[in-house]
Amino acid sequence: MTTETDASRGAESKLGLFSRRVFISILSIVLSLVIGGAIIALSGGDPIDGYLGLWRGAFGKEKAVVETIVKTTPFIFAGLAVAVGFRGGLFNIGVEGQLFVGSICALIAGYAVELPPGIHAAFALLMGALGGAVWAAIPGYLKARTGAHEVITTIMTNYIALRVINWSISQNGPLRLPGSALPETRRVLDSARLPSLTDTTPPLHIGVVIVIVAVFFVYWLLWRTPLGFEIRTVGLNPSAARYAGIKVERTIVLTMVISGALAGLGGAVQVLGLLGYFTTGFNVGLGFDSIAVAMLGSNHPFGVAAGALLFGVMDAGMKTMQLRTQVPRDIVVIIQGLILLFVAAPLLIQPLFRLRQVGEGEQVSISATWGGEG
Amino acid sequence: MLDANFFTALLSLSLVKATPLVLGAMSGILCERSGIINIGIEGMMLMSAFAGFLGAVFSDSLWVGVLVGVLTGAVMGAFLALLSIRYKVDQIIGGTVINLLAVGITSYFAVIIIDNQSLSGIGVLPIIQIPLLADIPVIGPILFRNQPITFMMLILVFVLHVALFYTPWGLRTRAVGEHPRAADTVGIRVNRMRYLDTTLGGMMAGLAGAFITLESVGSFESGVMTNGRGFIALAVMVSGNWRPINALIIAYIFGVSDALGVRLQLGDVNQLATLLIVAGLGMLIGGALWALTKYLGRRDENKVPVTQIALAVAGLVMVLAPAIVEIPETNIPFQFLGLPPYILTIIIVAGLVGNVRPPAAEGKVYEKQ
Repeated sequence: MTTETDASRGAESKLGLFSRRVFISILSIVLSLVIGGAIIALSGGDPIDGYLGLWRGAFGKEKAVVETIVKTTPFIFAGLAVAVGFRGGLFNIGVEGQLFVGSICALIAGYAVELPPGIHAAFALLMGALGGAVWAAIPGYLKARTGAHEVITTIMTNYIALRVINWSISQNGPLRLPGSALPETRRVLDSARLPSLTDTTPPLHIGVVIVIVAVFFVYWLLWRTPLGFEIRTVGLNPSAARYAGIKVERTIVLTMVISGALAGLGGAVQVLGLLGYFTTGFNVGLGFDSIAVAMLGSNHPFGVAAGALLFGVMDAGMKTMQLRTQVPRDIVVIIQGLILLFVAAPLLIQPLFRLRQVGEGEQVSISATWGGEG
Repeated sequence: MLDANFFTALLSLSLVKATPLVLGAMSGILCERSGIINIGIEGMMLMSAFAGFLGAVFSDSLWVGVLVGVLTGAVMGAFLALLSIRYKVDQIIGGTVINLLAVGITSYFAVIIIDNQSLSGIGVLPIIQIPLLADIPVIGPILFRNQPITFMMLILVFVLHVALFYTPWGLRTRAVGEHPRAADTVGIRVNRMRYLDTTLGGMMAGLAGAFITLESVGSFESGVMTNGRGFIALAVMVSGNWRPINALIIAYIFGVSDALGVRLQLGDVNQLATLLIVAGLGMLIGGALWALTKYLGRRDENKVPVTQIALAVAGLVMVLAPAIVEIPETNIPFQFLGLPPYILTIIIVAGLVGNVRPPAAEGKVYEKQ
């Protein structure tokens, strides 16, 4: 995985590198849409019609635009979570589970305590972030302490979180809405709901504002604070970081904690801003898609926001596409996978468009610690 | 009732549950011994499960389906090798691409092909009994009365073990994964070896996929086919120290915990007592065997393997406990009964990483100088 940062590069080449990277991302998206279209055509659908449906679903009416923005928000949170991990040399596949744990913690804080409006919502958001952070700290600690690779441990913590949450909302589960025939939880109190900027469905809740703050916060944290410097140094070269006096184990745990907190906050915003309760299937797969979002955005907060917008558009549009044009919504997952493929393998598209080789830049290798050393 | 039939059935189901894990672990072993990290086992299994199912339905032959599944796995393996070697993609990202694409492709075409034509499966591979051997009490039904892919798995474990450690191909594979530069110097074509082994590894994952749809479930339903077994297989591979026979033993422990979860849901036996007895039996047998190997391999005449004997004694106490003390009846929710394999994976990976050693050149692109 190649990521560029500003170190040791002049302003001119930095700009050149940046624009080439953006160019590659755009080419990847276009190429993926073309291949996706070919797949639709080969399986008997009409790609133009399908993509028009996708577009209408995302931008057709004011309501659709709100839906797109609201769908983009969790992708940004989750994408930032993955990106922070990547910057620190960690592949946090556990964002999915951390998001769920954050949702559930915010939910409990939202109905079990009574606080004045505003303060209650802030408290519930905080609990969500805390829940995600604690859930992510476990694999972080195991990695730092024993070298257990986070790819395996976070996938396992995902399954554990999912099973326990499914139990808690099942018949007679502690969070189950009493008397309901569906696997859904109790409702959070109105004082814990996020205020809305519009009166549309879905509401344009202030989570949208929070996520913008989060984008700038992550940028500030990674490039303007000593901790951010430590995280990026550990990500680039753990041994060098150790020799420079950075406490690598502590940094690994902190990276996971920050990553998990962002994921948990994302889950909390979803619960408090949208439904006001949790049910099966809510946000499933978001944590995995955000890996592609982070990579598409070169693990930079601003890039992540752009990548998330693309995913938000596709997510908002796919329902209309399936409804109006009979193209199964799952084509979106194929397109997303293809985008990840092309972004991860620029060598695949360079010869196609006779591009000059993209400079290696600074590389974070997440394969280096597979098996425990490093 | 906790009688011999109960345990025979449980241990037999455990082997079935272990089969995809062993095949997945062997997929990982083949790839990683040659230096390619494969975290795409899950996606390879899923694609092969899907393709194998379609192959079986359209040809009306389960065996054609198995073949299609294995070939799909081979293509996926070759694709991973291509990404890793030719296009220099970080191998963990490459595996993630495979996992993501597999989910997208299978669920998209499941709607188009299976749902739209309401295709149903054509059943599962039949149980084969080996004459005479299947009649041995307890061991017979567990080892010699199985479906074909389970038999194939057992044979493949030993074939791979011998091939990996006692043939020129195995030596070359290990050399390429440990020290590609040295291997290159003596004339081994490093990247060709890696293409070959990763493709073979893909075929193992393909067989695991075929197992899921053609030997176990009998149908294909998006989203519930692999359930993370490709990843658990990775944990099995790591904790088995990249050795096929160790992988079989560890996968079997997972199989037992998985099978217990399934069996205890029926609620006809005392759950806690059963858990105590099964865990105790495991500790008793494991501790005794471990103590024996320590004892036979000892250098100091007076050294007694205390820890291992203590483990075995603790196991014995746990087995006998339900007969002496009253164990309360419980009703553990089924979601919790499914948790042990996942928790076990974390414990094993965290507890063993320092004691196992992956192939040295894993994850690194090899370029001739």
